[in-house]
Amino acid sequence: MAVLASRVRYEEKRIFAALERRGVAYAHVDTRRLGEELGAGPAGNGGPGYAAALNREISHSRALYASLLFEARGVATVNTSDTITVCGDKLRTSLLLRRAGVPVPRTAVALAPEAGADAAERLGFPVVLKPLAGSWGRLVAAVHDRDQAETVLEHRAALPTPQQHIVYLQELVDKPGRDIRVIVAGDEVVGATYRYSDGWRTNAARGARSAPCPLTPELTGPARAAARAVGGGVLGVDLVEGPGGPLVLEVNHTVEFQGFQDAHGDAVDVADAIVAHLLDAASRDGAAAGARRGEAR
Amino acid sequence: MTLACPECEGPVRLAEPVRMSEIAQCADCSSELEVVGLDPVTLELAPEIEEDWGE
Repeated sequence: MAVLASRVRYEEKRIFAALERRGVAYAHVDTRRLGEELGAGPAGNGGPGYAAALNREISHSRALYASLLFEARGVATVNTSDTITVCGDKLRTSLLLRRAGVPVPRTAVALAPEAGADAAERLGFPVVLKPLAGSWGRLVAAVHDRDQAETVLEHRAALPTPQQHIVYLQELVDKPGRDIRVIVAGDEVVGATYRYSDGWRTNAARGARSAPCPLTPELTGPARAAARAVGGGVLGVDLVEGPGGPLVLEVNHTVEFQGFQDAHGDAVDVADAIVAHLLDAASRDGAAAGARRGEAR
Repeated sequence: MTLACPECEGPVRLAEPVRMSEIAQCADCSSELEVVGLDPVTLELAPEIEEDWGE
């Protein structure tokens, strides 16, 4: 197995320990040192081929291209480049969630900042303005009226990245001071936490406090459906409790779980669930490759 | 094991086994540090957060 990561944090150390406990041979591949001539031997520092690769790269760009390189060599990747592409773009995610019938907040998009204020007005204030790409709650703004919208959009228009000029808006759901993180690994719902925050952003990266959240069908149904809609894998599904039930906010492809693990203690082992899914992906991919060889004969 | 922070020389404690690319934080100066060598264990300032980092 390969574990792709440029930063070894709490999560990666837990994953290494879980692999070692299961007696699984693995190599840590630092994506910053990953370079190869296309079509020239196995991916991963020119080393041996891998049964599967677990992508834990913190940089979205490096994660996407690392998965593409390993997939090109026939290595099963978790997550796949397709899943990473979708989860790295909130609009792509929203379109697939809607197509799958997953409950989501009302969402609008405008393809230029000057159209953003009208789109926000049609959606109805207050709204949340989010960058299409990005994580940890960065550059996310709660906008309560047209004046605020125009001000924030003026700043957004001044950003150099063209993608930042695409306006993605969601209704600001009146949540009870918390959101919900559900971790899914393949078809298994590993567990859920409430994330409490004094502010309106409830990202763990912003210091939100995690506490165990009971798994109920009204939570696991949308979480599983959301994970399936974006292509499946090891995913962190973020939901908010709306007046009519849970709504899926977004799906994260390189899930961080320190707060989640601390909240659950010994009741849940996220790293081991991730490793179990990786082994499953490797065996399914091996069986599929065997079947393909059989057909070729 | 305990090493000196390359920024302020304060003590940085690392739980064993120490891993390449592991991230640690100096309790004295709050610098984020990266393990860049294992024999001997060597620390450098970790890279700054980039725009596309996250979950």
